[in-house]
Amino acid sequence: MPADANAFQTALALILGMDPVLLGIVALSVQVSLSAVLIAALLALPLGAALALWRFPGRGAIVVTLNALMGLPPVVAGLAVYLLLSRAGPLGPLGLLFTPTAMVIAQVILILPIIAALTRQQIEELHGEYRDQLRSLGVSRPRMMPTLLWDARFSLITVILAGFGRASAEVGAVMIVGGNIDGVTRVMTTAIVLETSKGNLPLALGLGLVLLGLVLLVNAAAHLVGETARRRLG
Amino acid sequence: MNDMLRQPTDTGTGIAPLAFEAVTVTHRGQPLLGPLDLRLAGCHRTLVMGPNGAGKSLLLRLAHGLLAPSAGRVSWEGTTPRQAMVFQRPVLLKRSAIDNLTYALAVSGTPRPERRDRAREALARFGLAPLEKRPARVLSGGEQQRLALARAWLTRPEVLFLDEPTSALDPAAIRAVEEAVLDFHRRGTRILMTTHDLNQARRLADDVVLLYGGRLIEHTPAERFFTQPRTPEGQAFLRGELVW
Repeated sequence: MPADANAFQTALALILGMDPVLLGIVALSVQVSLSAVLIAALLALPLGAALALWRFPGRGAIVVTLNALMGLPPVVAGLAVYLLLSRAGPLGPLGLLFTPTAMVIAQVILILPIIAALTRQQIEELHGEYRDQLRSLGVSRPRMMPTLLWDARFSLITVILAGFGRASAEVGAVMIVGGNIDGVTRVMTTAIVLETSKGNLPLALGLGLVLLGLVLLVNAAAHLVGETARRRLG
Repeated sequence: MNDMLRQPTDTGTGIAPLAFEAVTVTHRGQPLLGPLDLRLAGCHRTLVMGPNGAGKSLLLRLAHGLLAPSAGRVSWEGTTPRQAMVFQRPVLLKRSAIDNLTYALAVSGTPRPERRDRAREALARFGLAPLEKRPARVLSGGEQQRLALARAWLTRPEVLFLDEPTSALDPAAIRAVEEAVLDFHRRGTRILMTTHDLNQARRLADDVVLLYGGRLIEHTPAERFFTQPRTPEGQAFLRGELVW
């Protein structure tokens, strides 16, 4: 199919030629997803660790909810944030709808459960191994939190990267709350959807390649970190 | 049962005696230990012996407060002493050897400027100085156990619990651990240690606690236990005939 081969060549030319439109879209995507991951990790790491260390009424319900929310459909998260931020919604006066901030909020909601649930698992496992020794040393529970988070650091990096993968790959949430506005809220995934429907295959394909490369890079980094840790720290 | 342990060290130390009163441990209705009465006083090296499943580890975990009894009472008759425990498989943090030690010092409230020097001192004492920066988890079994002992040493325990600390080690490493135990004792630390190695018990014990099937069979001074144990179970154990 000559048309497709042609599109592929044009896509490569766009990437290698550092096309400004393409670069702008890529930069915004990375910026939104990185912000979302950073905020989600800051909230979810302590939350997951706390769920692993403390037993309290309602803990089981929270754990089940978090696990279920790991599979939250992005469009549903987007819809919820849309209702919150829309003119008539409770947070409407903030005027955040169709801004990158709204996209960050939606992605935080998407990946916070993933990071929190996986952190809880990792910390619970490590706590099982460390519990007697830490109690023997007289380590209090609040003090165990930073200790265990630090000692699980390498597996937690993988967890955070999983969150980043989810954030950068989803399209439903950012489409609804961002609106795919050219130059303002257009990110890689929403642009791919739009350009494909318009028939502008080279740009869609170019963006797809960049996205694929990014995901590959992130996963390679996760693998490398994990392997290095296993080799060096046992 | 334990009133025969009248040695000079009994009164000389300020370490509170530890009393087990009618202590039992059950798990899902199954009795695992007890009912058991035991009193440990003075600055002795007490070796807890018995076949697998006799309840040796349970006894140590109860004494150290890692486990609460299902019934009965475990209590210190006076101020609770500083304690440390060395486990069969040492649990070391995923950090360097020296960071494992400074962590223990930080937890015990040692001011930051003192931590490194004291940690280095302990590493040197246990022959680990060259391994200071090595990740603790990649040390050999013997080195890991020495690091665990160094960590215990830093907290200056008045009572040290050791749960089969040598069962996975080679003869040289076993010797290092036994020497460390004697060092602790010389510094005035009461020792409570489990083992199933009769020769090790002969080398280390001031007195022996024999457990069998979750029950306390006897608590006897070592020289007496190894020559003429008071109970038929004790005699059978020394002959290597007491199993399960």
